[in-house]
This record gives sequence, structure tokens and C-alpha cells, in this order.
Amino acid sequence: MIEGVTVRQAGAGDAVRGVLPRWVALPETVEEIAAVLRACAERDLAVVPAGGGTKLHWGPPPERCDVLLDLCCMNEILEHAAGDLVVRAQAGVTMDALAGTLADKGQELALDVPFSEGTTVGGTLATALPGPRSFRYGTARDLLIGITVVLPDGTIARSGGKVVKNVAGYDLGKLFTGSYGTLGVIAEATFRLHPLPADRRWVVAGLDRAEAAPAAAALAASQTEPSAIEVDWPDPAGPLTLAVLVEGTTAEARAAALRELTGGAVTRERPSWWGLIEGDEVLAEARFLPADAGAVLDEVAATGLALRGSLAAGRVLLTPCRDLAEDELAAAVARLRERARVHVLAAPYDGLDRWGQVSGLPLMRRVKERFDPGRRMSPGRFVGGI
Amino acid sequence: MDTLVAALRSFLPGDSVITDPVRLRTYECDGLTYHRATPGVVVLPGTAEQVARVVRLCNEHGVPFVARGSGTGLSGGALPREDGVLIVTSKMRAILEIDLPNRRAVVEPGVTNLAITEAVRDRGYYYAPDPSSQQVCSIGGNVAENSGGAHCLKYGFTVNHVEACEIVTPDGDLVTLDRMDPGYDLLGAFIGSEGTLGIATRITVRLCRAPEAVTTVLAAFESIEQGGQAVSAIIGAGIVPAAIEMMDALAIEAAEAAVACSYPEGAGAVLIVELDGPAEEVARQFARLQEICANAFELRVAADPAERAAIWKGRKSAFAAVGRISPAYIVQDGVVPRTSLPAVLAAIDRLSAQHGIRVANVFHAGDGNLHPLVLFDDEEPGAGERAEVVSGAILDLCIEHGGSITGEHGVGVDKSRYMPKMFSADDLDTMQLVRCAFDPRGLANPGKVFPTPRLCGEVPGVRKGVHPLVESGKAEQF
Ligand SMILES: Cc1cc2nc3c(=O)[nH]c(=O)nc-3n(C[C@H](O)[C@H](O)[C@H](O)COP(=O)(O)OP(=O)(O)OC[C@H]3O[C@@H](n4cnc5c(N)ncnc54)[C@H](O)[C@@H]3O)c2cc1C
Ligand SMILES: Cc1cc2nc3c(=O)[nH]c(=O)nc-3n(C[C@H](O)[C@H](O)[C@H](O)COP(=O)(O)OP(=O)(O)OC[C@H]3O[C@@H](n4cnc5c(N)ncnc54)[C@H](O)[C@@H]3O)c2cc1C
Repeated sequence: MIEGVTVRQAGAGDAVRGVLPRWVALPETVEEIAAVLRACAERDLAVVPAGGGTKLHWGPPPERCDVLLDLCCMNEILEHAAGDLVVRAQAGVTMDALAGTLADKGQELALDVPFSEGTTVGGTLATALPGPRSFRYGTARDLLIGITVVLPDGTIARSGGKVVKNVAGYDLGKLFTGSYGTLGVIAEATFRLHPLPADRRWVVAGLDRAEAAPAAAALAASQTEPSAIEVDWPDPAGPLTLAVLVEGTTAEARAAALRELTGGAVTRERPSWWGLIEGDEVLAEARFLPADAGAVLDEVAATGLALRGSLAAGRVLLTPCRDLAEDELAAAVARLRERARVHVLAAPYDGLDRWGQVSGLPLMRRVKERFDPGRRMSPGRFVGGI
Repeated sequence: MDTLVAALRSFLPGDSVITDPVRLRTYECDGLTYHRATPGVVVLPGTAEQVARVVRLCNEHGVPFVARGSGTGLSGGALPREDGVLIVTSKMRAILEIDLPNRRAVVEPGVTNLAITEAVRDRGYYYAPDPSSQQVCSIGGNVAENSGGAHCLKYGFTVNHVEACEIVTPDGDLVTLDRMDPGYDLLGAFIGSEGTLGIATRITVRLCRAPEAVTTVLAAFESIEQGGQAVSAIIGAGIVPAAIEMMDALAIEAAEAAVACSYPEGAGAVLIVELDGPAEEVARQFARLQEICANAFELRVAADPAERAAIWKGRKSAFAAVGRISPAYIVQDGVVPRTSLPAVLAAIDRLSAQHGIRVANVFHAGDGNLHPLVLFDDEEPGAGERAEVVSGAILDLCIEHGGSITGEHGVGVDKSRYMPKMFSADDLDTMQLVRCAFDPRGLANPGKVFPTPRLCGEVPGVRKGVHPLVESGKAEQF
């Protein structure tokens, strides 16, 4: 169908939330992605990009999907400039493979992606979830320094570059980070790296609900430079676990100092629950001001949702800890929205308000119209049905 | 313009609408004095609503507008339009909220960068991005330029420290872009857009906890190569200092002449390294740093804040100081990958010799951001042109080495012609899609950043000559 590009007939396993594409295209280069998208543009075909395919069920079903653009063959690490602490990789590279290459030179991409085996660079950027160490290093958008994207009409565009400091032109990387495949395809990305920490310690303490928010605030205000402050609350009827990560040559001593604030124990072991919620049939993200953390916990206590994330950074992931019917979930989300911005990342229901009020929505629609005037890139899958 | 001015006067106080030619001239340029234009009219709104009304009026009249903060920009970003309105934020200088429990402050766009830190310093907090112009430059200008400072090596740039912005869109709507909101990261796209996507009217910044310990070291090396090697070795050792700055012999000479900073005599290069963080961590890193800088012929450590200030004094005065050793100069701003620094510095040396133009090198070594000061005598015929050639060739070097034509001063009017060297036509057209989404009529700071782009709505294709709509006066090109 398209010269030189591998395309196969889609099967039942390729459905995106029940919408079955006709073909699966497997491009191996940026030019091949462009060729596929051009061909789709000529025939008015709708496209959904896929990385590892671990989260294709997130978001509403696409309004239509003719081609699943599978980036698994775009799996080359193009350049690791260790002296510059920079790496450039194709979108289909798995986070696991990337971490391995970087670790060989004592470096890392400080993102804490869970299930790194199946997850790709492109999927990580397109969903852009914050992990534990975003408290110190920022999120994907803060570590991305250059990007190559392919627009729905096949145009290949680049912004940023391979230097950390760069203010030439608009930052398309920011725009595509967290765009869920609705603006175009992420083909390559360049990241700034950090040296692997010389040493690390966790301070882990069990707390009651009322103690959690003040403890997180005290840790955030300390001068020991914690890299992450996370809580795990698997059942709102029970207690919480608070864990703080310190990194660096003096991690042991600093962890001991932090323990004074929280109690608990200092360990070299990463807590098993750290930075990860496994069940994602229903998954929501809440963002809030750190000072509202206590109030957020109080609301969550009444909802039947399990919580994990950072009270200090003001962002947590939520998932049901018991069976929740659609209307119960909707009520819980509405209740939380009094205190936080809630984004329902995944839910098998279609009546749910997934995003709530977003002040910039009219501008977002205009951006979508410019980039994808034919509404062919993952139509209907993102905020406001974009 | 007259009807527009009358409309502006209908809701702005008398002293907030400037049409007097003498007073207008105060605003004819920013920190890049080379480009000048007298604005059609200057307004000094006091509220976001007033800014929005001004912008809506500009829309009604099809008149372009340019935002201006403190006018310290170095790329002509705030260069006014003779046929347009200059919107100055100097009456919007209130710190609206300091919220330490949430480590944030909400400020109006005209607030100076340093004022934020000053407001929270005694409570142990500060605002991290620290451009050298921080005493005067405005947060609105910082947002527009995505400004950085000496400490952005560890702490990042403006974009990493802004949580939300209320903006007036080029249509005149007030919209809040917030990192907490789901959806596209329009806040990230807006920051660094140099006033071409709207005007920031209220900015929420993140405050950082002051570090427990700060150690500032001045290391003097015989040669710039040795200095460069030390930089690579520090990074290679896994240390991320808050700042690594470097100056070459000519820059040191200038600083010495201007502020008598008493840097070690006979240095071919000095390195300023600042470590900050938890006390134990800083102490360990300092021990390692001493080993790395073993070949420095002098290593000076600041024992107190006064000594720290003394070490920084020479570096901070470097731009102004070259005035002491040269009648005229061009400040360049380019970036190269850190590992290319030795090759690029050698090439700059060759350019300098070849054109008979001296170049003083001052740079943010940690992130490869060069600020070569290209010195010349403006009385000498042809010298200015030769300096221009050298300055431009330095940018070509940056591009060749995979770097950028600007690390912090922005593109503005000054470098728009270099954009096609760094980006393809498709790259630039794609950036225009963002522009067209925010500003379909092209009224927000037209003529900046992009070299004569296409009109919104036009299909990509070959460009030739002036667009017929522009020629007939039916449309503006931006
Ligand atoms: C720091 C961090 C923490 C996380 N924590 C959790 C957690 O606790 N629980 C959890 O369930 N998940 C979590 N995730 C998400 C998880 O890691 C996802 O698996 C991952 O982000 C998606 O990767 P993927 O390659 O499988 O993408 P896919 O599942 O293939 O795609 C995901 C979305 O991105 C789009 N997309 C994929 N590739 C591209 C591309 N190249 N260009 C444009 N759009 C594309 C797809 O269309 C789809 O909308 C976290 C992610 C990060 C970064
Ligand atoms: C001596 C000196 C040292 C400097 N050192 C540094 C440095 O270390 N790091 C660095 O990054 N820069 C530096 N600069 C450059 C300059 O100070 C920064 O770019 C600064 O952010 C400009 O702020 P301003 O308020 O002066 O903006 P202006 O010069 O008034 O405007 C700059 C741009 O911002 C736009 N703008 C202004 N306000 C707004 C607003 N509210 N909304 C939208 N757009 C707006 C203007 O239209 C223009 O395009 C230096 C300049 C000087 C003169």
C-alpha cells in the first residue's frame, strides 16, 4: 500500500478501546512515518499512534481509527553524548533499553517510568505522567530538550536541539508532551540526563491520615534536598505509608536527619509500591496545592479510592480499592474536584466527565484545528473530546 | 491611530497614554540599542482587564501591539512598531500573594525578578532563575524570554519555575494557563514565545527553599584549555554544581579594569564554581572539586557572603566592563554542546586573528552557553562590519556543532534571519501553526522571532516575493 513500509491487516488484538483499525503500519524511519501519514491524509484515514501499547485503553475510544501506527520498529538509540549528559532516541525505544544504555555510562533519565519493559519513549512523552522524583527533577516536559514530530499531513518538524539551554523558536516539545497522540506522531526525542546517584536511601514511616499532610509539608521544607516524598494509601479505612528518597554521596546521613521528622526506618530497599499503581482499568490523577493535601485526603477517605503519589508535590494517582459502579466513580470524582483538578486517565465508561473545567480549552481546540484540521489523529481521545 | 488613542483615553488615566514625541522616544529601543523605532502610542495599563481592553481595541483597529517590561532584552524583542501600540507593564508591579505553604508567589508582570527573592529571603526561600539583569528585568519579560541565569545549570530556567500564567490572548481574552490543568501544555509553549502569543498579566512562580550550604570557589588556570578540561571533569565526576562560569584572559582584564575584582594575576582563564545543597553533600563535592582542580595555580574559596560577592563581582560586571577596554562591542549569545567547547573556543580564536577583531569570552561553561564579547573601535572604518562578520560566524559555529543561536537572550528582531540556518522551512511552518492558533491576525509582536512567515490560512508551498494580500494592503504579514 505504501512503498517500503510494512503494513499488515489488523486483527482483533489491535482494537483501540473496541474500535478495530483496518491496518497496522510498522514504519522503521521518520521518513516512513511521514509516508504513512501522507498516504492516510490522501485517503482521509484516521490514525492512532501506538508505542508499547500498554495504555492504548486510556482515554475515550477514538471516533474512528483506520490505521494503528505501531512505532515498535523505531527502536534505535541514535546518540548518547555522555559528556554532554544528553541522549537522542527514536520513539519506539523502550524505557528499559534506554535505561540500560545510560546506566553503562553511569547516567539516567530521571523519570521513574514503571513497567519500563513495555513502555516506549514516545508513549512516555505522549502520556507524560509525573513520577516520584518529579519533585526534584521535574516531569518529562522538563527533561525533554529536543523533539522530532510528524504532523498528520506528513510534514516532519523539529524543535529544540541537543543542548540543554536553548530559547530559539517555539518549544514544540512542550506541546507534544502529554498530547496523547492527538496532534501528530512523536518520532524522536532528545533528553537531558543526570548522573546516577552515588547512593540512595529511603526513609519509610507508617502514619495516620491526619499526620500525613503535615509530615509531607515538613519534609518539603527541609534543607536536606529530598528527591521524592511519596505516600501509599491502599485502603482509605487504614493507615498510610510515607516514604522519602534521598540521593547522593551522603544519603545515609541525610536520611538519618529526615527520620527525625517522620520516625520510621531508613532503608536501601525501594518500597514495593514506589511510584506505581498497577491496576489501571480505572485510574485518575489528582493535582492540588500542597496545602490542600489534608483536605484531599479527607475527601478520598469517603470515596473507596486507593491513593499513591506525592502530597508534597500536590499530585496523586487514584484507583478503586473495591468495586465502584459508574455513578459512584462519577460522584467521587465530582467530590474531589472541589479540592483538586482531577483527570480520569482510564475508565471503561463513556458518560464520565474525564477532565472537568479547563480554562485553556478554547485555545487548545484552536491548536488542534491548526495541527490536525481533518481530525484524523486519535480523534476524540483527549481533553474536551479533542 | 487617532481614533484608537481617543478610545484608549476613554478608560485609561491621562498619564497612562503617552503620545508626546519626546516621551515616546524613551521607549524606542530595548537593551539592544542598535535597533530603534518610535512607538505609535505607549500605554501603561494598571490591571489585566485594562491590558485586555487595549488588546481588543488593537483588534478592532487592526493595529499591532508589542509588550514591554523593563526593556532590558538583548535581542530587540520589545522593539516597538511605529504603527502600533506599546503596552508597558511598569504600573503592574504588585506582589499579589506569597504562599509559603505552597512554595509559590503570585505576581503582576512588571515585578522585577529580584523583588520576588527579596520578599521571601528572610523566610528562607528564593526564586531560582537569576538573570544577571535581575535587579531590573521584569518577570513578564523573563516569561517571554524563558530567561535563565548563572544557576540554571542545576535549577533550570523560567519555564521550570512558572506554575501558571494568566494571559491576555491576542484576541483580547483573559485565559489562565495552569500546569495543574489537563490538556496541552500551552503554558510551556507560551513561555519563551517572546510576546508573540499574548501578554502575561499574572504569573504564579515556584519558590525554592534556600540551600543549607553554599560554597563558592574561584579556580585560576594558566590556559583556557585547562579550564575547559576541569569543567568536563567536574561533570564527569557526577557533580551538578549550581553554577560553573568561565572567563578568559581578555574578559578578566576588562573586569579588573572596571571593578578591580583582584582575580589571580596571570590567569589564562578563571572558573567560578558554586556548589549548594545539604551541608554534608556540599562538603563532599568540594573535596572532589579540589582534586579535580589540582592543576589550578590558585584556588580561592569564599569564607563568607562578602567573599562570595567579591568572587562574583568580576563575572557579573563582565559585560559592562568591556566598555573599559573597547569603545564598542557586540554581546553574542550562542550555545554549543559542552564537549565542543574546546573546539569552538579554538575556532573563535582563529576567527578573531583572521579578522583582526578581539573577542573576550565569558560563558556559562556548565551548559555550553557562550557570551563572546566582540570588541571593536567604532571610529575605525570597517571595524563594525568586521565585528558583525565575526559575531555572525560564531553563531554559524554554534549551529555546526549542533548547538543553538540563542541560549537566553532570545531571537527577537536580531536573530530572526538566523532561524532558517537552524531550522528547516517545515520546522518554522510548524511553529507558525502555534502562532496562528493563538494569533490568527498576526497582531502580537509581529516581525519578531520568525523571518517573514506565511500568512495564517495560506497553504505551504514555494514562497516568492511579497504576498499579494500584503501588497494590496489587505493583510499584515507577521
Ligand atoms: C513517571 C511515570 C509514572 C507512571 N506511573 C504509572 C502508574 O503508576 N500506573 C500506570 O498505570 N501507568 C503509569 N505510567 C504510565 C505508563 O508508564 C505508560 O505505560 C506509558 O506512559 C505508555 O507507554 P506506551 O509506550 O505503552 O504507550 P502506549 O500505550 O502505546 O500509548 C499511550 C498513549 O500515547 C500515544 N502515543 C504512543 N506513542 C506515541 C508517539 N510516538 N507519538 C504520539 N503519540 C503516541 C498513544 O496513542 C496513546 O494515547 C507512568 C508513566 C510515567 C512516565
Ligand atoms: C546587563 C544585562 C544582563 C543580562 N543578563 C541576562 C541573563 O543572565 N540571562 C538572561 O536570560 N537574560 C539576560 N539579559 C536579558 C534580559 O534581561 C532578559 O531577556 C529579561 O527577561 C528581559 O526582561 P524585561 O522585563 O527587560 O523585558 P523587555 O526587554 O521589556 O521585553 C523582552 C521581551 O518580552 C516581551 N514581554 C515583556 N513583558 C511581557 C509580558 N508581560 N507578556 C508577554 N511578553 C512580554 C517583549 O515583548 C519582548 O519580546 C540581560 C540583559 C542585560 C541588559
